[in-house]
Amino acid sequence: MYIVIVGGGQVGAQTARELVAFGHEVTVVERDAETVRALNAELGEIAIIGDGTEVSIQEEAGVNRADLIVATTGRDEANLAVAQVAKQRFGTPRVIARINFPKNEEIFRVVGVDIAVSATTAIMAQIEQALPSTPLIRLLELHGSPFELVEVVIGEDASTVGQAVRDLPLPAESLLTLVVHADGRPEVPTGETRLTAGAAVLAVTLPEHEAELRRGLTGGA
Amino acid sequence: MGCGRVGARVAAEFDAEGHDVSVVDLQPDAFRLLPREFHGRMIVGNGVYQEVQREAGGEGADIFMALANGDNRNAMAAQVAKHLLGVPRVVARIFDPERAEVYRELGVEAVNPTVAVSNLVRQAALNPARP
Repeated sequence: MYIVIVGGGQVGAQTARELVAFGHEVTVVERDAETVRALNAELGEIAIIGDGTEVSIQEEAGVNRADLIVATTGRDEANLAVAQVAKQRFGTPRVIARINFPKNEEIFRVVGVDIAVSATTAIMAQIEQALPSTPLIRLLELHGSPFELVEVVIGEDASTVGQAVRDLPLPAESLLTLVVHADGRPEVPTGETRLTAGAAVLAVTLPEHEAELRRGLTGGA
Repeated sequence: MGCGRVGARVAAEFDAEGHDVSVVDLQPDAFRLLPREFHGRMIVGNGVYQEVQREAGGEGADIFMALANGDNRNAMAAQVAKHLLGVPRVVARIFDPERAEVYRELGVEAVNPTVAVSNLVRQAALNPARP
Protein backbone atom coordinates (compact mmCIF):
# COMPACT_ATOMS: atom_id res chain seq x y z
CA MET A 1 0.00 0.00 0.00
CA TYR A 2 1.02 3.61 -0.54
CA ILE A 3 0.19 5.77 2.46
CA VAL A 4 0.57 9.53 2.90
CA ILE A 5 0.81 10.83 6.46
CA VAL A 6 0.28 14.53 7.10
CA GLY A 7 1.96 15.72 10.29
CA GLY A 8 5.33 14.43 11.45
CA GLY A 9 4.86 14.96 15.18
CA GLN A 10 4.76 12.13 17.67
CA VAL A 11 1.59 10.56 16.30
CA GLY A 12 2.60 10.91 12.67
CA ALA A 13 6.18 9.75 13.22
CA GLN A 14 5.14 6.68 15.18
CA THR A 15 2.51 5.78 12.60
CA ALA A 16 5.17 6.15 9.89
CA ARG A 17 7.66 3.93 11.79
CA GLU A 18 5.15 1.13 12.16
CA LEU A 19 3.95 1.30 8.56
CA VAL A 20 7.52 1.34 7.23
CA ALA A 21 8.31 -1.65 9.48
CA PHE A 22 5.37 -3.49 7.89
CA GLY A 23 6.87 -2.83 4.47
CA HIS A 24 4.47 -0.15 3.25
CA GLU A 25 5.50 2.77 1.10
CA VAL A 26 5.08 5.92 3.17
CA THR A 27 5.43 9.67 2.60
CA VAL A 28 5.23 12.08 5.52
CA VAL A 29 4.32 15.74 4.91
CA GLU A 30 5.45 18.07 7.68
CA ARG A 31 5.81 21.85 7.89
CA ASP A 32 8.83 21.94 10.18
CA ALA A 33 12.14 21.49 8.33
CA GLU A 34 14.00 20.21 11.40
CA THR A 35 11.38 17.50 12.02
CA VAL A 36 11.60 16.48 8.35
CA ARG A 37 15.40 16.19 8.58
CA ALA A 38 15.14 14.00 11.70
CA LEU A 39 12.55 11.71 10.08
CA ASN A 40 14.61 11.33 6.91
CA ALA A 41 17.71 10.54 8.95
CA GLU A 42 15.83 7.84 10.83
CA LEU A 43 13.63 6.26 8.17
CA GLY A 44 15.27 7.06 4.84
CA GLU A 45 14.04 9.75 2.48
CA ILE A 46 10.34 9.55 3.29
CA ALA A 47 9.45 13.04 4.53
CA ILE A 48 8.88 16.26 2.60
CA ILE A 49 8.51 19.83 3.86
CA GLY A 50 5.18 21.52 3.26
CA ASP A 51 1.65 22.34 4.32
CA GLY A 52 -0.30 19.13 3.74
CA THR A 53 -3.61 20.98 3.48
CA GLU A 54 -2.49 22.51 0.17
CA VAL A 55 -3.49 20.90 -3.11
CA SER A 56 -0.03 21.39 -4.64
CA ILE A 57 1.76 19.76 -1.69
CA GLN A 58 -0.62 16.81 -1.71
CA GLU A 59 0.12 16.47 -5.41
CA GLU A 60 3.86 16.53 -4.72
CA ALA A 61 3.37 13.86 -2.05
CA GLY A 62 1.62 11.64 -4.60
CA VAL A 63 -1.77 11.65 -2.92
CA ASN A 64 -3.30 10.93 -6.34
CA ARG A 65 -1.94 7.37 -6.16
CA ALA A 66 -2.27 6.90 -2.37
CA ASP A 67 -4.44 4.09 -1.04
CA LEU A 68 -4.80 5.90 2.25
CA ILE A 69 -4.12 9.33 3.73
CA VAL A 70 -3.74 9.82 7.47
CA ALA A 71 -4.05 13.32 8.97
CA THR A 72 -2.24 13.37 12.30
CA THR A 73 -1.55 17.02 13.14
CA GLY A 74 -2.44 18.58 16.47
CA ARG A 75 -4.92 20.93 14.79
CA ASP A 76 -8.34 19.51 14.02
CA GLU A 77 -9.14 22.16 11.40
CA ALA A 78 -5.98 21.20 9.49
CA ASN A 79 -6.80 17.50 9.71
CA LEU A 80 -10.27 18.15 8.35
CA ALA A 81 -8.82 20.19 5.47
CA VAL A 82 -6.28 17.44 4.66
CA ALA A 83 -9.09 14.90 4.49
CA GLN A 84 -11.43 17.04 2.41
CA VAL A 85 -8.78 18.17 -0.08
CA ALA A 86 -7.59 14.58 -0.56
CA LYS A 87 -11.10 13.24 -1.12
CA GLN A 88 -12.35 16.08 -3.29
CA ARG A 89 -9.22 16.65 -5.43
CA PHE A 90 -7.59 13.23 -5.55
CA GLY A 91 -10.45 10.84 -4.77
CA THR A 92 -8.40 9.15 -2.06
CA PRO A 93 -10.25 5.92 -1.27
CA ARG A 94 -9.63 5.96 2.46
CA VAL A 95 -9.06 8.90 4.77
CA ILE A 96 -8.21 8.64 8.47
CA ALA A 97 -8.06 11.76 10.63
CA ARG A 98 -6.88 12.35 14.15
CA ILE A 99 -9.23 14.34 16.34
CA ASN A 100 -7.63 16.29 19.17
CA PHE A 101 -10.83 17.69 20.66
CA PRO A 102 -13.66 15.16 20.93
CA LYS A 103 -16.26 17.90 20.46
CA ASN A 104 -15.12 18.12 16.83
CA GLU A 105 -15.99 14.51 16.11
CA GLU A 106 -19.45 15.20 14.76
CA ILE A 107 -18.40 17.50 11.92
CA PHE A 108 -15.73 15.01 10.77
CA ARG A 109 -18.38 12.31 10.60
CA VAL A 110 -20.95 14.49 8.88
CA VAL A 111 -18.64 15.65 6.08
CA GLY A 112 -17.58 12.10 5.32
CA VAL A 113 -14.16 11.49 6.78
CA ASP A 114 -13.99 7.69 6.76
CA ILE A 115 -12.52 7.22 10.20
CA ALA A 116 -11.94 9.84 12.86
CA VAL A 117 -9.87 8.69 15.78
CA SER A 118 -8.36 10.32 18.81
CA ALA A 119 -5.14 8.45 19.61
CA THR A 120 -2.14 6.79 17.99
CA THR A 121 -3.12 3.32 19.11
CA ALA A 122 -6.57 3.73 17.66
CA ILE A 123 -5.15 4.94 14.33
CA MET A 124 -2.91 1.89 14.21
CA ALA A 125 -5.80 -0.42 15.03
CA GLN A 126 -7.82 1.00 12.14
CA ILE A 127 -4.91 0.67 9.73
CA GLU A 128 -4.27 -2.88 10.87
CA GLN A 129 -7.89 -3.83 10.32
CA ALA A 130 -7.65 -2.38 6.83
CA LEU A 131 -4.50 -4.34 6.02
CA PRO A 132 -4.75 -8.12 6.29
CA SER A 133 -0.98 -8.47 5.88
CA THR A 134 -0.12 -6.82 9.19
CA PRO A 135 0.79 -9.16 12.01
CA LEU A 136 -1.65 -8.02 14.71
CA ILE A 137 -5.36 -7.79 14.08
CA ARG A 138 -7.91 -6.72 16.66
CA LEU A 139 -10.75 -9.21 16.57
CA LEU A 140 -13.04 -7.83 19.22
CA GLU A 141 -13.22 -5.80 22.39
CA LEU A 142 -14.41 -7.88 25.31
CA HIS A 143 -17.68 -6.48 26.55
CA GLY A 144 -17.50 -4.66 29.89
CA SER A 145 -13.74 -5.14 30.21
CA PRO A 146 -10.67 -3.26 29.02
CA PHE A 147 -9.31 -6.43 27.39
CA GLU A 148 -9.52 -7.25 23.71
CA LEU A 149 -9.07 -10.37 21.64
CA VAL A 150 -6.35 -10.10 18.99
CA GLU A 151 -4.82 -12.37 16.39
CA VAL A 152 -1.11 -12.49 15.63
CA VAL A 153 0.13 -14.53 12.67
CA ILE A 154 3.61 -16.03 13.02
CA GLY A 155 5.49 -15.32 9.78
CA GLU A 156 7.60 -17.90 7.93
CA ASP A 157 10.77 -16.08 8.90
CA ALA A 158 9.78 -15.06 12.44
CA SER A 159 12.65 -15.66 14.86
CA THR A 160 10.17 -17.25 17.31
CA VAL A 161 9.33 -20.26 15.08
CA GLY A 162 10.21 -23.39 17.06
CA GLN A 163 10.38 -21.56 20.39
CA ALA A 164 8.32 -22.65 23.40
CA VAL A 165 5.66 -20.23 24.61
CA ARG A 166 7.17 -20.09 28.12
CA ASP A 167 10.44 -18.71 26.67
CA LEU A 168 8.76 -15.82 24.87
CA PRO A 169 8.97 -12.32 26.41
CA LEU A 170 5.22 -11.69 26.60
CA PRO A 171 3.60 -8.77 28.46
CA ALA A 172 2.22 -9.70 31.89
CA GLU A 173 -1.46 -9.06 31.33
CA SER A 174 -1.71 -11.02 28.10
CA LEU A 175 -3.08 -14.51 27.78
CA LEU A 176 -2.61 -16.81 24.78
CA THR A 177 -5.95 -18.58 24.34
CA LEU A 178 -5.56 -20.60 21.16
CA VAL A 179 -2.96 -21.45 18.55
CA VAL A 180 -4.20 -22.52 15.12
CA HIS A 181 -1.30 -24.09 13.24
CA ALA A 182 -0.87 -23.59 9.50
CA ASP A 183 -2.25 -27.08 8.83
CA GLY A 184 -5.50 -26.07 10.55
CA ARG A 185 -4.85 -27.97 13.79
CA PRO A 186 -6.05 -25.98 16.84
CA GLU A 187 -4.17 -26.23 20.11
CA VAL A 188 -4.85 -24.72 23.52
CA PRO A 189 -1.36 -23.47 24.29
CA THR A 190 0.62 -24.38 27.39
CA GLY A 191 4.14 -23.26 28.28
CA GLU A 192 5.46 -26.22 26.27
CA THR A 193 3.64 -25.32 23.05
CA ARG A 194 6.07 -24.45 20.25
CA LEU A 195 5.20 -21.80 17.67
CA THR A 196 5.09 -22.96 14.06
CA ALA A 197 5.45 -20.97 10.85
CA GLY A 198 2.12 -19.63 9.65
CA ALA A 199 0.35 -20.29 12.95
CA ALA A 200 -2.34 -17.87 14.09
CA VAL A 201 -2.19 -17.05 17.78
CA LEU A 202 -5.35 -15.75 19.43
CA ALA A 203 -4.61 -13.77 22.58
CA VAL A 204 -6.38 -11.61 25.12
CA THR A 205 -4.50 -8.42 25.92
CA LEU A 206 -4.84 -4.76 26.83
CA PRO A 207 -4.69 -2.19 24.00
CA GLU A 208 -1.51 -0.65 25.44
CA HIS A 209 0.25 -4.04 25.32
CA GLU A 210 -0.52 -4.79 21.66
CA ALA A 211 2.88 -3.75 20.33
CA GLU A 212 4.78 -5.62 23.05
CA LEU A 213 2.68 -8.75 22.51
CA ARG A 214 3.29 -8.63 18.76
CA ARG A 215 7.03 -8.23 19.31
CA GLY A 216 7.08 -11.06 21.85
CA LEU A 217 5.26 -13.45 19.55
CA THR A 218 7.02 -12.60 16.30
CA GLY A 219 10.42 -11.44 17.52
CA GLY A 220 9.90 -8.41 15.25
CA ALA A 221 10.91 -4.83 15.97
CA MET B 1 -16.85 34.68 13.19
CA GLY B 2 -13.72 36.81 13.37
CA CYS B 3 -13.80 40.47 14.34
CA GLY B 4 -10.76 41.71 12.47
CA ARG B 5 -10.89 44.63 10.04
CA VAL B 6 -13.05 42.80 7.52
CA GLY B 7 -15.28 41.07 10.09
CA ALA B 8 -15.89 44.26 12.05
CA ARG B 9 -16.66 46.25 8.90
CA VAL B 10 -19.09 43.68 7.49
CA ALA B 11 -20.78 43.35 10.90
CA ALA B 12 -21.16 47.11 11.23
CA GLU B 13 -22.63 47.41 7.73
CA PHE B 14 -25.23 44.68 8.21
CA ASP B 15 -26.06 46.13 11.63
CA ALA B 16 -26.50 49.64 10.19
CA GLU B 17 -28.85 48.20 7.56
CA GLY B 18 -31.06 46.92 10.36
CA HIS B 19 -30.09 43.23 10.38
CA ASP B 20 -29.70 41.20 13.55
CA VAL B 21 -25.94 40.54 13.88
CA SER B 22 -23.83 38.48 16.31
CA VAL B 23 -20.04 38.65 16.24
CA VAL B 24 -17.80 35.94 17.68
CA ASP B 25 -14.08 36.35 18.34
CA LEU B 26 -11.48 34.58 20.46
CA GLN B 27 -10.20 37.89 21.84
CA PRO B 28 -12.44 40.27 23.80
CA ASP B 29 -10.42 43.30 22.71
CA ALA B 30 -11.13 42.52 19.03
CA PHE B 31 -14.58 44.11 19.46
CA ARG B 32 -13.02 47.56 19.80
CA LEU B 33 -12.94 47.60 15.99
CA LEU B 34 -16.75 47.77 15.98
CA PRO B 35 -18.30 51.25 15.86
CA ARG B 36 -19.72 52.71 19.07
CA GLU B 37 -23.27 52.56 17.70
CA PHE B 38 -23.13 48.78 16.97
CA HIS B 39 -26.32 47.11 18.28
CA GLY B 40 -25.40 43.47 17.77
CA ARG B 41 -24.18 40.84 20.22
CA MET B 42 -20.51 40.20 20.92
CA ILE B 43 -19.51 36.70 22.01
CA VAL B 44 -16.04 35.71 23.15
CA GLY B 45 -15.25 32.14 22.13
CA ASN B 46 -13.96 29.78 19.49
CA GLY B 47 -16.44 30.05 16.62
CA VAL B 48 -15.34 26.72 15.16
CA TYR B 49 -17.23 24.94 17.94
CA GLN B 50 -20.91 24.31 17.44
CA GLU B 51 -21.84 25.24 21.02
CA VAL B 52 -20.24 28.67 20.60
CA GLN B 53 -22.13 29.09 17.34
CA ARG B 54 -25.36 28.10 19.11
CA GLU B 55 -24.64 30.56 21.92
CA ALA B 56 -24.31 33.25 19.26
CA GLY B 57 -27.78 32.35 17.98
CA GLY B 58 -26.45 30.55 14.93
CA GLU B 59 -29.25 28.01 14.86
CA GLY B 60 -31.85 30.34 13.37
CA ALA B 61 -29.38 32.40 11.37
CA ASP B 62 -29.86 33.07 7.67
CA ILE B 63 -26.15 33.60 6.99
CA PHE B 64 -22.91 32.54 8.69
CA MET B 65 -19.67 34.25 7.73
CA ALA B 66 -16.25 32.89 8.67
CA LEU B 67 -13.77 35.78 8.48
CA ALA B 68 -11.11 34.72 10.98
CA ASN B 69 -7.46 34.25 10.16
CA GLY B 70 -6.74 30.79 8.87
CA ASP B 71 -8.30 29.11 5.86
CA ASN B 72 -8.80 25.81 7.62
CA ARG B 73 -10.51 27.38 10.63
CA ASN B 74 -12.85 29.33 8.39
CA ALA B 75 -13.66 26.29 6.26
CA MET B 76 -14.36 24.11 9.29
CA ALA B 77 -16.49 26.76 11.03
CA ALA B 78 -18.55 27.33 7.87
CA GLN B 79 -19.21 23.61 7.52
CA VAL B 80 -20.18 23.29 11.19
CA ALA B 81 -22.72 26.10 10.64
CA LYS B 82 -24.02 24.51 7.45
CA HIS B 83 -24.19 20.86 8.47
CA LEU B 84 -24.68 20.91 12.25
CA LEU B 85 -26.72 24.09 12.73
CA GLY B 86 -28.50 24.07 9.38
CA VAL B 87 -27.56 27.62 8.36
CA PRO B 88 -28.70 27.87 4.73
CA ARG B 89 -25.94 30.18 3.49
CA VAL B 90 -22.35 30.05 4.65
CA VAL B 91 -19.50 32.28 3.48
CA ALA B 92 -15.83 31.68 4.26
CA ARG B 93 -12.76 33.73 3.50
CA ILE B 94 -10.20 31.33 2.02
CA PHE B 95 -6.86 32.84 0.96
CA ASP B 96 -5.60 29.76 -0.89
CA PRO B 97 -7.28 29.82 -4.35
CA GLU B 98 -7.08 26.04 -4.79
CA ARG B 99 -8.67 25.30 -1.44
CA ALA B 100 -11.30 27.98 -2.09
CA GLU B 101 -12.32 26.00 -5.17
CA VAL B 102 -12.48 22.75 -3.18
CA TYR B 103 -14.82 24.31 -0.61
CA ARG B 104 -17.00 25.87 -3.30
CA GLU B 105 -17.56 22.38 -4.65
CA LEU B 106 -18.54 21.33 -1.12
CA GLY B 107 -21.22 24.00 -0.82
CA VAL B 108 -19.33 26.76 0.98
CA GLU B 109 -19.44 30.22 -0.56
CA ALA B 110 -15.67 30.70 -0.55
CA VAL B 111 -14.44 34.27 -1.01
CA ASN B 112 -10.86 34.38 -2.19
CA PRO B 113 -9.04 37.64 -1.37
CA THR B 114 -5.87 36.53 -3.18
CA VAL B 115 -7.53 36.48 -6.57
CA ALA B 116 -9.64 39.56 -5.87
CA VAL B 117 -6.71 41.67 -4.69
CA SER B 118 -4.46 40.44 -7.51
CA ASN B 119 -7.07 41.63 -10.00
CA LEU B 120 -7.34 45.03 -8.28
CA VAL B 121 -3.58 45.40 -8.23
CA ARG B 122 -3.36 44.55 -11.95
CA GLN B 123 -6.04 47.08 -12.74
CA ALA B 124 -4.33 49.76 -10.67
CA ALA B 125 -1.00 49.02 -12.32
CA LEU B 126 -2.28 48.99 -15.89
CA ASN B 127 -4.86 51.78 -15.80
CA PRO B 128 -3.69 55.36 -15.37
CA ALA B 129 -5.15 57.15 -12.38
CA ARG B 130 -8.47 58.78 -13.15
CA PRO B 131 -8.71 62.54 -12.75
